[in-house]
Amino acid sequence: MSTITATIPAADIERRSAVVAAVRDASAVAQRNLIAYRRVPQLLVFSTIQPVVFVLMFRYVFGGAISVPGFSYVDFLMPGIFIQTVVFGAMGTAVGLATDVKSGLLERFRALPMARSAVLAGRTLADLCRNVFVVLLMTAIGFAVGFRVHTGPLGLLGALLLLLLFGYTMSWVFALLGLAVGDPETAQAAAFPVVAPLVFASSAFVPVNTMPGWMQVFANHQPVSITTSAARALVLGGDTASLVLQSIGWCAGILLVFAPLAVWRYRRAV
Amino acid sequence: MTDGAVSRAVRADAAVVAEGLRKRFKDTVALKGVDLRVEWGTIFALLGPNGAGKTTAIRILTTILSPDGGRAQVAGFDVVSEPAEVRYRIGLAGQAAAVDANLTGRENLRLIGRLAQLPGRLVAPRAVELLERFGLQDAADRPVRTYSGGMRRRLDVAAALVQRPPILFLDEPTTGLDPQSRNDLWTTIRELVAQGTSVVLTTQYLEEADRLAGRVAVVDRGLVIAEGTPAELKSRMGSTVIELGLGDEERAIRSVELLSRLDRAQPERDASMVRLTSHDGPRLLAEVLRALDAEGLAPVTISVREPSLDDVFLALTGHHAEGAIEAADTRPTQAAS
Repeated sequence: MSTITATIPAADIERRSAVVAAVRDASAVAQRNLIAYRRVPQLLVFSTIQPVVFVLMFRYVFGGAISVPGFSYVDFLMPGIFIQTVVFGAMGTAVGLATDVKSGLLERFRALPMARSAVLAGRTLADLCRNVFVVLLMTAIGFAVGFRVHTGPLGLLGALLLLLLFGYTMSWVFALLGLAVGDPETAQAAAFPVVAPLVFASSAFVPVNTMPGWMQVFANHQPVSITTSAARALVLGGDTASLVLQSIGWCAGILLVFAPLAVWRYRRAV
Repeated sequence: MTDGAVSRAVRADAAVVAEGLRKRFKDTVALKGVDLRVEWGTIFALLGPNGAGKTTAIRILTTILSPDGGRAQVAGFDVVSEPAEVRYRIGLAGQAAAVDANLTGRENLRLIGRLAQLPGRLVAPRAVELLERFGLQDAADRPVRTYSGGMRRRLDVAAALVQRPPILFLDEPTTGLDPQSRNDLWTTIRELVAQGTSVVLTTQYLEEADRLAGRVAVVDRGLVIAEGTPAELKSRMGSTVIELGLGDEERAIRSVELLSRLDRAQPERDASMVRLTSHDGPRLLAEVLRALDAEGLAPVTISVREPSLDDVFLALTGHHAEGAIEAADTRPTQAAS
């Protein structure tokens, strides 16, 4: 090895362990992303207005025409609205990351001595915080339009936690998409065809048995339906354990596939 | 020396050493085997037109891209096998002003400070120091989306300095800056070097390389086609370019024949234009005009200027620098809004 012949400017870098650095860096990135929600309120407003419009539309316009056995439609509807909120919210992860690719910010991050996981962890964490806010808001709106929990507060809490887990899981799917397309408008356009069939060909808004047979096969087994049914069981009662386990299984499976893919894509994104 | 200083010790006698760097993208070969050596405490310029491979070289040296072949050490650490060590020792301001438009200037610098692993107590004061240094203190708490292009660029360079890196990479740092901001940035870069920083920058402007850099590598189509001090490069082609418009090709051809007989003049013709380069421009111009006038070939237009990147390319390669003419022409109007 060559001799040290250079003098370098006073150094003031702290060496941190990998775990400490990963947590600190992810929280720095998450804070940065949350500032954007505060400073550009339309980001939050638009992701909130849409589900509110859906609540009002389905509750007062379509609701009368949709009959669900055993419950009032509003009780059936609200878990579906929650899942729509978190899944559509996950599209924000794609748009946010694509914006950072385009602006060159990710390039800067990749030349910094920060944890490689921090950009994705921070982004998805910030979007989880956003989802907490939006889901709580939607719960309040649900109560205002007549939604009632049949089980109890723990059931509601469990349902909300499960929905937030599912939203977090979907954030990783859309993280991969956002990094891959690298342009916010394209990300938005590319995410919608992924989201729409998952949310609408599901048990979120209408009972699956009203759909054609071939679609029922998909609609009964896809993760949005499973999670909606699990959340519904948690707030309305019924066979809970099996559905919740299936939903958590879906989340674990999706995370195991998409989180490594997203990290891989981040490492080679320019 | 603090513990931190020890942890950033360097173990090389040169800031950057690259050997045979190669990189290919799907349909283009960006680098075909680039060798570079940047001495500590100097400014090294990669000079070339758009698409020459400058940015690819910077991305490899800053660990953003992996090379397909060759190797590079920055501060003595291999960019492929020890990227984390390299990242502790570099600052990068890329071509895009890579700052978060929704954050304020202060928030951007604090974010980068935290991610650069500054100790917590230094994050805020360092941001203040840089905002002052770059004349952004009045805009410190405004979101960056309200900044002008020049302010964004200054913030971008400030962000590259947050961790006081021993080696600074600047990819076209003055592109899009008005002349005043450009001069300010040049002054800042010189100050940094006076304090011991080593700088690698890319530029499309010979003038910039000439004013700033100790050494210049001219890059063309993924290869370094010439390397040396600015004086050495300029001595290859003369320090003044004289261009004469003769009105039509026939007169231009006759002028070239006539001027070829003059001592020291090596005229080149491009349609009705005749171009001469010289180390002694004023005297040559006088001789040329006398000779032409005596034969009734007085030019219709005359321009005398410093050589541009395109002239370097013509001298070195015999072809024009793709994109360079346009870039040079549009420069004054690129001044930031």
